[in-house]
Amino acid sequence: MDADLLLILPLVLPLAAAVLALLFRNVPRVQAGINLISMSGVLAASLGLLAIINEQGIQAFASGGWPAPFGIVLVADYLSVIMLIVSAIIGVAVAVYAIPNIDTERVHFGFYPFMNLLMLGINGSFLTGDLFNLYVWFEVMLISSFVLIVLGNTEDQLAGAVKYVMINLVSSLFFLTGAGLVYGTAGTLNMAELSLVLNEVESSGLVTIISMMFLISFGIKAALFPLFFWLPASYHTPPAAVSAFFAGLLTKVGVYAMIRVFTLLFTQDIGYTHTTMLMWVAGLTMVTGVLGAAAQNDFRRVLSFHIVSQIGYMIMGLAIYTPLALIGAVFYIIHHIIVKANLFLVSGVAQRLGGSFSLKKLKGLYAHHPGLAILFLIPAFSLAGFPPLSGFWAKLVLAKAGIEAGAYGIVAVAIAVGLFTMFSMTKIWVKAFLPGSSEPGAASENGTPERTPMTMGTRLMYVPIAALAAVTIMISVFAGPVFDLAERSANELSDSSAYIEAVLGHEEPAADPYTRLDLDRRSGGVHAR
Amino acid sequence: MRLSLILRTAARLLVPLMILFSVFLMLRGHNEAGGGFIGGLVGASAFALYAMAYGTKDARRALYADPRTLMASGVGIALVSALIPLFSGAPFFKGLWTTLPGGLKLGTPILFDIGVYLLVVGMTLVVIYELDDDGLSLFPRENRRGTTPSSS
Repeated sequence: MDADLLLILPLVLPLAAAVLALLFRNVPRVQAGINLISMSGVLAASLGLLAIINEQGIQAFASGGWPAPFGIVLVADYLSVIMLIVSAIIGVAVAVYAIPNIDTERVHFGFYPFMNLLMLGINGSFLTGDLFNLYVWFEVMLISSFVLIVLGNTEDQLAGAVKYVMINLVSSLFFLTGAGLVYGTAGTLNMAELSLVLNEVESSGLVTIISMMFLISFGIKAALFPLFFWLPASYHTPPAAVSAFFAGLLTKVGVYAMIRVFTLLFTQDIGYTHTTMLMWVAGLTMVTGVLGAAAQNDFRRVLSFHIVSQIGYMIMGLAIYTPLALIGAVFYIIHHIIVKANLFLVSGVAQRLGGSFSLKKLKGLYAHHPGLAILFLIPAFSLAGFPPLSGFWAKLVLAKAGIEAGAYGIVAVAIAVGLFTMFSMTKIWVKAFLPGSSEPGAASENGTPERTPMTMGTRLMYVPIAALAAVTIMISVFAGPVFDLAERSANELSDSSAYIEAVLGHEEPAADPYTRLDLDRRSGGVHAR
Repeated sequence: MRLSLILRTAARLLVPLMILFSVFLMLRGHNEAGGGFIGGLVGASAFALYAMAYGTKDARRALYADPRTLMASGVGIALVSALIPLFSGAPFFKGLWTTLPGGLKLGTPILFDIGVYLLVVGMTLVVIYELDDDGLSLFPRENRRGTTPSSS
């Protein structure tokens, strides 16, 4: 199929599905079907895009026919397309899971249209090649996620949503300010052109300051230390299908944006931005996340804190900034999205069968539902980095990259945090799945509660969980090909010339007289002040 | 809030004018100040005024369509305006123009504006009507004086 068409399909399909779902708002079944078709369509289009990129390299598309530095371009390189594919997999899994998990009231209030609008925002963020357009997609994503997080109107949902909304608005403010400063400094917002122009700005101190504004903005979205507190405060409140989608994807869009700008745009002062700032932030994020998790007693709150700690690993890859470390970061993202979303899906089934998300109330699920227990163990062990599961490979690559680059401190932190992750997963396993100690209450004689009958809906919820577990096993067994893919992506990230050429063509815009003059005047002005 | 005779009489005069003006603003938008967004807001305020004068139930009846359907069709129309260029081989979102006999120029951007107009009208009215459902006493209620507003 035509490459341009494949580039816009991940945007057109969810938008069309949102329209149709809104029109069929009184027929939940039709909406569920539309949602499933749209998500599968996005997956198919993304896979098609991967095939084209494999053959022809990076694809760029100027929307409306306006050429690159002036119009808005959509760009698909390996990183974009990998993110598209993985998020579409989660989209399909959640589309199936939502059918039994989302009650009719939430469907009536527009669950499916907003799910698709959220997907639209996520896909747009991955595809855009324009900094301001990225901001717009972030807003699309945020507004849809605001709605999804309060949908249902329970008290804790509203409490969580207030924190979520407030902090994300602050993040948007930083993003917008940063984008304004970039435009004032460089005179363009096209990322490929910025990559050329920002490296020639005389006042590199100003560029570093701007990069820190983006670090704060994306750091909030990605839940980095010390800006992560909104995440554990809000992610455990909506239904499991929503929180799985959020947990898998939303923070990773922040990580994606961070990788994009800190490989393409802000590479002037790596010693400060990457090796100092990002490295410290990565380490502290890992540690605080995992320590926070140790104190929690709610299935999803434990998992939420682990999102924070795992984000640290991805940023660690970016901070070390060698090709191998970038491979590690990309591999980690692939592994993490699948595993984390799956764990949240498992928590939803555990809640259905055990009646609660609280680890104090859940117990003995293993006795009656050994299948669920095994399906929990696969992502849980993978998250903790047990060989030979996918998390092990991801951590191995990162550790190797760290040692090669001489960043021993962060490697030590990463390994220690891995052990603590094991502790948390074991805690969930012991408390929720093994028979509890002889506490008085719902438990019967041997500490095992009554068997909860399986309904049709619960069985259906097993399907995406099993499928995602299978994907995790695939990533573990075929770690080689996935590693290759991550390697190709890392190569593109370390050498952005292919990206720039795909967007701008062969000409060198910085050599353009008007840009050059403009640039001199602007940066001169900054100096004078 | 009570039904007000002055407001009702004024609304009967103003609402058609406002709707007309909103369409004018929308069509004017391509070359001068105006456009689908501002036109949609004026159009929505016409229905909001009607709702304040006669109650939301009558305002809903006057609109015929459910505001949520308006929202969906608005986005749908905007999406179609972006997709039309694909069928003639032009890139996505390219503005295509044709001149009708008589010199009227029509193009996909006006279709996009119509979509925005419908979306804004629908979205604003969803919010305004929701305020009434939540019991905000902004709108007259039926049977407050034993008569329905429309029977006056």
